[in-house]
Amino acid sequence: MTQVAARGARTPDGAGAAQAADAAHAVPDRQAHPALALQTQGLSKRFGDQFAVDSLDLAVPRGAVYGFLGPNGSGKTTTIRMVLGLVTPTSGSRTLLGLPMPDRATEVLHRVGALVEGPAFHPYLSGRANLRRLDAADLLSDARSAPSRVDAALDRVGLLAAAGKKYRAYSLGMRQRLAIAASLLAPRDLLVLDEPTNGLDPQGTREVRSLIGSLASDGTTVFVSSHLLTEVEQICSHLGVMREGRLVAQGSVKEVRGTGAATLTLRTAQPQEAVRVLEGLGVSEVTAHGDLVRGLPGSLEAERIVATLVRAEVGVKGFSVDSPSLEDLFVSLTGEGFDVSR
Amino acid sequence: MSAADVTTPSRRDGVPRPRRALPSTRLLRSELRLIGGRRRNQAGLAVLAVVPVIMAVAVKLSDPTPAGDGPDFFSSITANGLFVPLAALSVEIAMFLPLAMSMLAGDSIAGEANIGTLRYLLTVPVHRTRLLAVKYFSLCLGAIWGVCAVAIPGAVVGVALFGTGPMVTLSGDQIGFASALWRVVLVMLYLSAGLAALGAVGLFISTLTEQPIAAAIALMIFTIVSWIADSVPQLGWLHPWLVVDHWLAFGDLLRNPMAWGNVVQGLLVDGGYAAVFCLAAWARFSAKDITS
Repeated sequence: MTQVAARGARTPDGAGAAQAADAAHAVPDRQAHPALALQTQGLSKRFGDQFAVDSLDLAVPRGAVYGFLGPNGSGKTTTIRMVLGLVTPTSGSRTLLGLPMPDRATEVLHRVGALVEGPAFHPYLSGRANLRRLDAADLLSDARSAPSRVDAALDRVGLLAAAGKKYRAYSLGMRQRLAIAASLLAPRDLLVLDEPTNGLDPQGTREVRSLIGSLASDGTTVFVSSHLLTEVEQICSHLGVMREGRLVAQGSVKEVRGTGAATLTLRTAQPQEAVRVLEGLGVSEVTAHGDLVRGLPGSLEAERIVATLVRAEVGVKGFSVDSPSLEDLFVSLTGEGFDVSR
Repeated sequence: MSAADVTTPSRRDGVPRPRRALPSTRLLRSELRLIGGRRRNQAGLAVLAVVPVIMAVAVKLSDPTPAGDGPDFFSSITANGLFVPLAALSVEIAMFLPLAMSMLAGDSIAGEANIGTLRYLLTVPVHRTRLLAVKYFSLCLGAIWGVCAVAIPGAVVGVALFGTGPMVTLSGDQIGFASALWRVVLVMLYLSAGLAALGAVGLFISTLTEQPIAAAIALMIFTIVSWIADSVPQLGWLHPWLVVDHWLAFGDLLRNPMAWGNVVQGLLVDGGYAAVFCLAAWARFSAKDITS
């Protein structure tokens, strides 16, 4: 759980990457950890000669709200499909609620609610009829309580009034809500929600966030993927960040935040002097723009830096050492801009 | 962490053991509602049912008055209305009924994959083997459904227009109405078995694609090619292995006494097709990556 892996860029040539992956897969399997609601070990999926997911070691503790972040195309949905047994991994293993997938799928998936890559329902059935069909497919669900459970799930996502409408008449936001309702048909120990706020307006996004919060406070583990940090950062206790099929950071929000380097900002009338003093202290990447000097202090204490500056008769107008915002960290881990990963 | 923790996770985390899974017909019933509730399928059934009505009315309108002294073969056939469903079945078994099976088979797996509901069924979870079994069983019921949609309206209209007189068998003698009705039921079951065998081929094709129309067309092509091959004498060695080859042997059930040889052989071929293609569908589907 405490592992925070900030891995470097991928090996540039494909053969090297494959070798590195094979080496990772050679690590003997550790035992499934019962305290983890979701765990993958060396999970990889190769399409052709490209790794969509590359030796992924996810660890989602029970009771966590785990934000699974990464740009579009970074392998999040493929990972979710493998975890749920829809796609067979090229190598590696995965467990859900301590039970190996897909061998124990029929037992464990009943306790797992899933939303995978957007809603999908029969267009000419009503929302309610669609949920009844999914419930009918579940051998472990009780037929007698089906109508009340279906309506309770619809009510929970605010869709009860439109329950009798044909699915084809639903707006994108209503479709998304119906998919979330489907994941709530039975009491769940784990919810796997792939981009649950897609297509929702700000109000709907807020509702989904508070819904996740209330489910988590009931003890349900929530694994929620998103390509937008802002959608999930307020509700998550843990984060995992994907980039090009690899996990580049994982841990509690505090741990992940701690991996980013703090930056020093100094306002002074003597920037040249300041740069010299700071470099002398061991501050790296010192740059000056006008009266602003920036650098990476590493483990140096702020008090000591200021004292040294003052002793060197560098006037300090303003001084701060800031940990990066989660957003800056996210951008630095996953790259900036609108480009999909590949 | 000890090995015991791994083997008894449900006790460790305090979650009660889930209810035992019991065999249930809920999914099958849901499947039949899905098939029967779909407008396109209802329209298809209506088309199947219209053919015998048209045939019956046409024969009634052209019913010639007996001329001359000799016995009129045609009027002796039309003394019993049950010739209508039999004639309609022999016409529709060539194309219309296989077309109906094609549509249903295309919907079965490829249709669910196409709209994405397949991934949600599998994560409910529905075991892949169970899903295939339910899908194939509903295709078999669909075959019976289609045959009934032809035969029952045909029988009703036929009896209404032509009455319940004695039926002339293909052997030339006559049998009573009750016995004739029993023969019609046997023919319906026999043709349903043939269509169910075709449905297994369709189920397999349906696991190969995410396009229901493509799966339906592929099964239609399979049917047409089978009929063509069946009509080429040079391919005589192949004929016993074609699923369509024995379908028209249902005429043997209208002899007196019934001739079972070809019918039994036809049922064996049907069973062989069903077994081989259901296994192929299972082999394909149980390991398939669901990426739709």
